[in-house]
Amino acid sequence: MIWVDTIVQGILLGGLYALFAAGLSLVFGIMRLVNLAHGDLIVLAAFLILTVVNFLGLSPFVAVLIAAPVMFAIGWALQTYVLNRVLGDDILPPLLVTFGLSVVIQNGLLEGFSADSQKLSAGPIEAASLPLGPITVGVMPLLTLISAVVVIFALNRLFYRTKLGRAFRATSDDAVTAGLMGIRPRNVFAIATGIAMVVATIAALYLGIRANFDPSIGPARLIYAFEAVIIGGLGSLWGTLAGGILIGVAQALGAAVNPEWQILAGHIAFVLVLLIRPRGLFPRAND
Amino acid sequence: MLSRRTFLKTGAATAAGALAMPALAKSGPIKIGYVSPQTGPLSGFAATDVYVIETFVKTARAQGVEVEVIVKDSQSNPNRAAEVARELIVRDEVNLICVASTPETTNPVCTIAEAEEVPVISTVAPWQPWFIGQQGNPADPASWQDFDYVHHFFWGLEDNVQVFMNMWDMIDSNKSVGALWPNDGDGNAWASDVGMPPALAGAGYTLTDTGRYQNLTDDFSAQINAFKQNDVQILTGIPIPPDFTTFWTQAKQQGFQPKMVSVAKALLFPESVAALGPLAHNLTCEVWWSPMHPFTSSLTGQSCADLAGEFEDYAGRQWTQPLGFIHSLFEVAMDAIRRADDPTDGDEMAELIGTTNIDSAVGKIQWGRDNVPPFARANVSKTPLVGGQWRMQGDGGFDLVIVENGLAPEIALTGTLETLS
Repeated sequence: MIWVDTIVQGILLGGLYALFAAGLSLVFGIMRLVNLAHGDLIVLAAFLILTVVNFLGLSPFVAVLIAAPVMFAIGWALQTYVLNRVLGDDILPPLLVTFGLSVVIQNGLLEGFSADSQKLSAGPIEAASLPLGPITVGVMPLLTLISAVVVIFALNRLFYRTKLGRAFRATSDDAVTAGLMGIRPRNVFAIATGIAMVVATIAALYLGIRANFDPSIGPARLIYAFEAVIIGGLGSLWGTLAGGILIGVAQALGAAVNPEWQILAGHIAFVLVLLIRPRGLFPRAND
Repeated sequence: MLSRRTFLKTGAATAAGALAMPALAKSGPIKIGYVSPQTGPLSGFAATDVYVIETFVKTARAQGVEVEVIVKDSQSNPNRAAEVARELIVRDEVNLICVASTPETTNPVCTIAEAEEVPVISTVAPWQPWFIGQQGNPADPASWQDFDYVHHFFWGLEDNVQVFMNMWDMIDSNKSVGALWPNDGDGNAWASDVGMPPALAGAGYTLTDTGRYQNLTDDFSAQINAFKQNDVQILTGIPIPPDFTTFWTQAKQQGFQPKMVSVAKALLFPESVAALGPLAHNLTCEVWWSPMHPFTSSLTGQSCADLAGEFEDYAGRQWTQPLGFIHSLFEVAMDAIRRADDPTDGDEMAELIGTTNIDSAVGKIQWGRDNVPPFARANVSKTPLVGGQWRMQGDGGFDLVIVENGLAPEIALTGTLETLS
């Protein structure tokens, strides 16, 4: 029974990793931009939610509705005024800019919020659990997984069922030709980063309720997100979910054998997938 | 544009400045360097620094001693700590260094100062990692040597283990202990042969130790399952605060309900406790200093309560445990300066610090006492440690109640130990 429990807990953990990774996957899929500051932007969103909670006395679940549009604006502005200027044939400049951004965000948050460890309080629901047969499942981890599925479903609908999504795909395939058809790639990029920041805000909500956060914690949380994106197949959103869950389950199984192997097991799963399928589980297109 | 000419000019100017320094230092104020982790993950320890240093400089001036404190930030990084220590010694030419908070800060600074023959007063790191960690071969006790220039005051691992076990002896339990020891310096020390396992075995407790996990782990289901299987009623460990939050929330979700939780490090600061919310009610931790401690500062004559009160007014936030210790660093410094013929003479200062005997805000500070093993006696002075329990107040804030004082009966209890279930 413990094995069933271990796998279920691993899947739930995978939901959190998939949420971290979804925004990253979106941005990479559309503009081939690896955003090294994604983890720090999630922490920034968490502090934003915290500020709204403290000032307006709202529940974090409501506060997210206020924080999300703000993060969309931040993402839009970031892309328009910073990242668009460095995007080009060379992948190095945007990489360096996001690396610098990560340092700036960390130190900015440190200045504004101090290094105190913070947490979003969701009330009694934090410790609530559902008995599912012989195992008990926490309500919050379950909500995290459901949110991850919903977010990825919604992003997929956006991608394949809307005009904006068509613009996203067209720009992703060939920005120059898309430009000839009347799409402004830079605008599309800005909207995509905005949406990625909205997803980051949702990730921040669950991160902030699950564990403490402080300004310096972003990069540590990012590595699993990177792995999820890569083993899922670059640009595939469902692949990102699968990748997140795979890492979550691998970590849980590793920990069940010996907690020293928990993190290592996740990394080994990552390497194994890449050995067998170098382009990830569900690569989107041949590019 | 930096041309050869301007480079030579500025170079000459800096060189001249550096040459002029020693002459200035002789007549000027006594220079004290201070190193602590003011930014980064350890910065919670340094929250009271600004207040303490400001008070110290003001008080010293009022007592007719001109001091200048040069503050350096270790950025929670041991390499950076070593670098700023070297800067303090070589560039600023300080007469004395005070250093605080975690072996990652104290050890690099002390090692460099010992080599450079500059006196150091150090605190807020259990003495084993401080003393043994600085030895050339920590595994071979025969090779350990004491130091001439560095002195440390704090408690040790054995005190913390004792305080926790005293608390557990006070409750009715099945004596089954679960441990959460991470794979870092602290976790490995606690799990080692000089840490908790032998003490537990000696006192008839059974231990469930699932192994060293990585810091910033997102899932503790494996540990929780093992604890549930072995019917663990007492939980202990030394996790970092984010990990304890993850663990404790998951434990609640998965129905693990110990009677007693005694966790070191994660529950030190009121902020980390408040972050847990109602889940933190009645968790226990080690207490090195509190406003309830019956000590008086030798520097300002304030009681602990006055010191904490003044800090809270100054900073607008709750007191934290390092307050008393960082204040006491400067008590020791001031005491040595008062007794010195020439406070700028490093050899004399180091010797005078070694003969300190003061009643400070953290209790008696005197090196060479017999409550420390002989090999470390010359450099380590132990301060008392008691056990505390966080109690939630009506307004959602938390108060630290002292519930165990077996090692330091002079510190009065302010409440009785309560179990979680």
